[in-house]
Amino acid sequence: MATFNLSINGKSHAVEADADTPLLWALRDHLEMVGTKFGCGIGQCGACTIHIDGNATRSCLLPISSLEGKEITTIEGLSTDGSHPVQQAWKEVDVPQCGYCQAGQIMTASAFLETNPKPTEEEIKVAMNGNICRCSAYNRIQKAVAIASEKIG
Amino acid sequence: MSKQKTSNFSRRGFLKASSLASGGMLIGFNLFTACKPKAEMPIDISKLNFADFNAFIKIAENGMVTIFSPNPEIGQGVKTSMPMLIAEELNVEWKNVVVEQGGLDTENYTRQVAGGSQSIRFGWEALRQTGATARQMLVNAAAARWNVDAKECTAKDGVITNAAGETLGYGDVVKEAALLEVPENIELKEPKDFTIIGTDATNVDIDKIVTGQPLFGLDYKEDGMVYASVLRPPAFGQILESFDATEAKKIQGVLDVITIGEKARKLLNSEDPAWSVKLCSSDKVVVIASSTWAAMKGKKAIKAVWKIDTPLENSENHNKELLSLLDGKKFKTMRSDGDVKKAFAQADKIVEKTYESPFLPHNCMEPMNFFASVNEDKVRLVGPIQTPEALATSVSTLLDRKLEDISVEMTRMGGGFGRRLYGDFAMEVAEISDVIRKPVKMISSREDDMTTGVYRPAIKYRIKASIKNGEITGYQLKEAAVNGNMYGLIPNFFPAGAIENYQVDVASLKSNITTGAWRAPYTNFLSYAEQSFLDELAEVLEKDPVQMRLDLLQKVKGTKDEKIKYSPERLEGVINLAVEKSGYRTPKEGVYQGFCSYYCHNTHVAEVADVVMENNQPVVKRVTVAVDCGIVVNPLGAINQIEGGVVDGVGHAMYGDFSFKEGEPDRNNYGAYRLIRMNEAPKVDTYFVKNDLSPTGLGEPTLPPAGAAVSIAITKATGNRIYKQPFIDNMAPKEIIG
Ligand code: FES
Ligand code: FES
Repeated sequence: MATFNLSINGKSHAVEADADTPLLWALRDHLEMVGTKFGCGIGQCGACTIHIDGNATRSCLLPISSLEGKEITTIEGLSTDGSHPVQQAWKEVDVPQCGYCQAGQIMTASAFLETNPKPTEEEIKVAMNGNICRCSAYNRIQKAVAIASEKIG
Repeated sequence: MSKQKTSNFSRRGFLKASSLASGGMLIGFNLFTACKPKAEMPIDISKLNFADFNAFIKIAENGMVTIFSPNPEIGQGVKTSMPMLIAEELNVEWKNVVVEQGGLDTENYTRQVAGGSQSIRFGWEALRQTGATARQMLVNAAAARWNVDAKECTAKDGVITNAAGETLGYGDVVKEAALLEVPENIELKEPKDFTIIGTDATNVDIDKIVTGQPLFGLDYKEDGMVYASVLRPPAFGQILESFDATEAKKIQGVLDVITIGEKARKLLNSEDPAWSVKLCSSDKVVVIASSTWAAMKGKKAIKAVWKIDTPLENSENHNKELLSLLDGKKFKTMRSDGDVKKAFAQADKIVEKTYESPFLPHNCMEPMNFFASVNEDKVRLVGPIQTPEALATSVSTLLDRKLEDISVEMTRMGGGFGRRLYGDFAMEVAEISDVIRKPVKMISSREDDMTTGVYRPAIKYRIKASIKNGEITGYQLKEAAVNGNMYGLIPNFFPAGAIENYQVDVASLKSNITTGAWRAPYTNFLSYAEQSFLDELAEVLEKDPVQMRLDLLQKVKGTKDEKIKYSPERLEGVINLAVEKSGYRTPKEGVYQGFCSYYCHNTHVAEVADVVMENNQPVVKRVTVAVDCGIVVNPLGAINQIEGGVVDGVGHAMYGDFSFKEGEPDRNNYGAYRLIRMNEAPKVDTYFVKNDLSPTGLGEPTLPPAGAAVSIAITKATGNRIYKQPFIDNMAPKEIIG
């Protein structure tokens, strides 16, 4: 075991864990941040999406040893009170069904809108295609991303 | 359509009240039974005894209403819509109502089952009656204070007004109200007077969900808790012979390696043991670790030797055997009208088709997991489960502990789809904690979840119809299914009652693959088979498929058959609405539309799927849905359910594929197992038939017709009929165009 210094949501955290521990499990088991979810562990579902230096990244395949010096943002750090435009849009549209995939969806959407604040419907679909919603709330996810884009613009 | 009448439903002794030590009034109630005479109402809000009451309502001195319900949420919105029923009759503003998941920190509670589609139907009367009774107690207290007749007082938005125009807030009278006798059989509102029911209410957990706060079973944690990863037999039919944990124990964070299964085997002796028992009764190797990651790594490092207990099964054989069942004579008849044999013998023409479907895993987004803490005094279980009472009972037998020692606390669930009706994973963790005597959480990896689960059984239908003088004279449906058959009223669904000679026969193939309920059991596939068949019949008869159904429905009107629960009038209603809204009568160039109507789970639905050809492949663009679910309690939540059911139905019909080779599932994660994604999800347009009938469920009924509508639309687009799920392997166009 070794100690890794991770910068998460603007704060520095020391994590004592094996070097190959994925960020997902460091967050959930070591740092008590359980907003980031486990869905598949193989980078296929997007439930574990977080931001690394602003880019949407899967945390289930990301060893903590690779993250020193990088800025990590999780759903808990997107805003402290749910006021981020994407979170606002999610509430407005009432997106969640079971809700389990939604942190990942929100993290993918928020990073995407940073790079493309005025996406077309087609661009939204492509950007969100990596995030599975088993409850199939896709119609509303798409709508919420569009509304968030208006809020940002 | 008839108005629903005001309730005359007697609810003697279902509710009790107390005055809280900290101020405010507390009401405890039972949904389906009277309260136990001895049930004591707590006066401390931290001591809600869900063993005695289903739920509590607290009315605080500031007028805020909190509803404490241990009813879990699996994504069907019942945690929002059910409290709306209480608030409606309580006459409070929805914004002053807070809903809290009860059940935590309590000794034990029972009788909580989250069967989404049913919840609203059963809660409809009881929850409104509860709200109305509480309101009446508050009104009575105010009237007593004013020394006037309660009949002269009205209550609105949490404020009571008397004839002289004086007002008192609910909070002002809670103290006295709590001490009053509980009035009975309070009259309920007419639907036209509803102010909360029928309005949009956002999911009550929305803030927590969008900010990532702990809610789900996977998020649950206690001090001193360890993590467990379970190595289960890789193939159905295998049992553990030996294992070597040397490498696993070398992994940092691995604390112990144990085996479980022995205790569950005792339960196998019971008559007809449940699947959950069967699933947890084989010997398994469990890695206990200080983190999830270490537990998962430890499990991968175990070297286990498995031997064969019962023959290893192959889906190829399942397919052959199911087909030979259909060819054979070993059927049980579920419904028989007239004489199908005679109808077939006298027919001008016979149409007969066979429809096939694979096994399907549930794939809840949150993998199975559960927490247990077993010690000398107590067995505490926490996690996502739809059947806590059954779980408590089986753990009581499993660990040979008194039922009173066992508590089950429910968390929010990351999807259910039927999987969380089975408590095998929770029983496992109970046994683990019993061995290690520590609080422990078992977490399944996606691979564990997908390969050692419970599955929608593989099923085949053969449908045969006779035609004489341009009419359908006989109809026979045969079902061959793995482990069990259609049940309840399903054999009496449409077109039962519409065809003179009608028969439903079933046969079952025994398998050691664990199978069970999967969102809309049986109808999830039956709908596609029957509705595709009806479409084909219409083609043979050269009739319009919509008109053909409407004509058949005419024959059901006025039926005296008690088993026919679908309403021909309500089906007509959704059919006409879907046809109108989808533009079915005015087809657009290049858009192929498939129509389907279906009744299940007490709800009537019609759907039209729009398919276009892109790169010589059919693509589902839109589904228009018309739903008659009676009064729509929360349209915002209802539409979410409907959209989800449709897209899920399209997804599994198009892509869902799962089979077994030598007892082992052929895929184990989302890489190989294709779930529908944003890009493939059609737009769903929802329309309700408006009426004042009691609400029916929405968690399931829109799923079954979706696959049917899509298959019919694809048939129009490609010229080929589809007889097998998943469609993706069976939808090549007749001629390659271009
Ligand atoms: S859990 Fe990381 S992509 Fe699925
Ligand atoms: S809301 Fe349930 S998985 Fe997306």
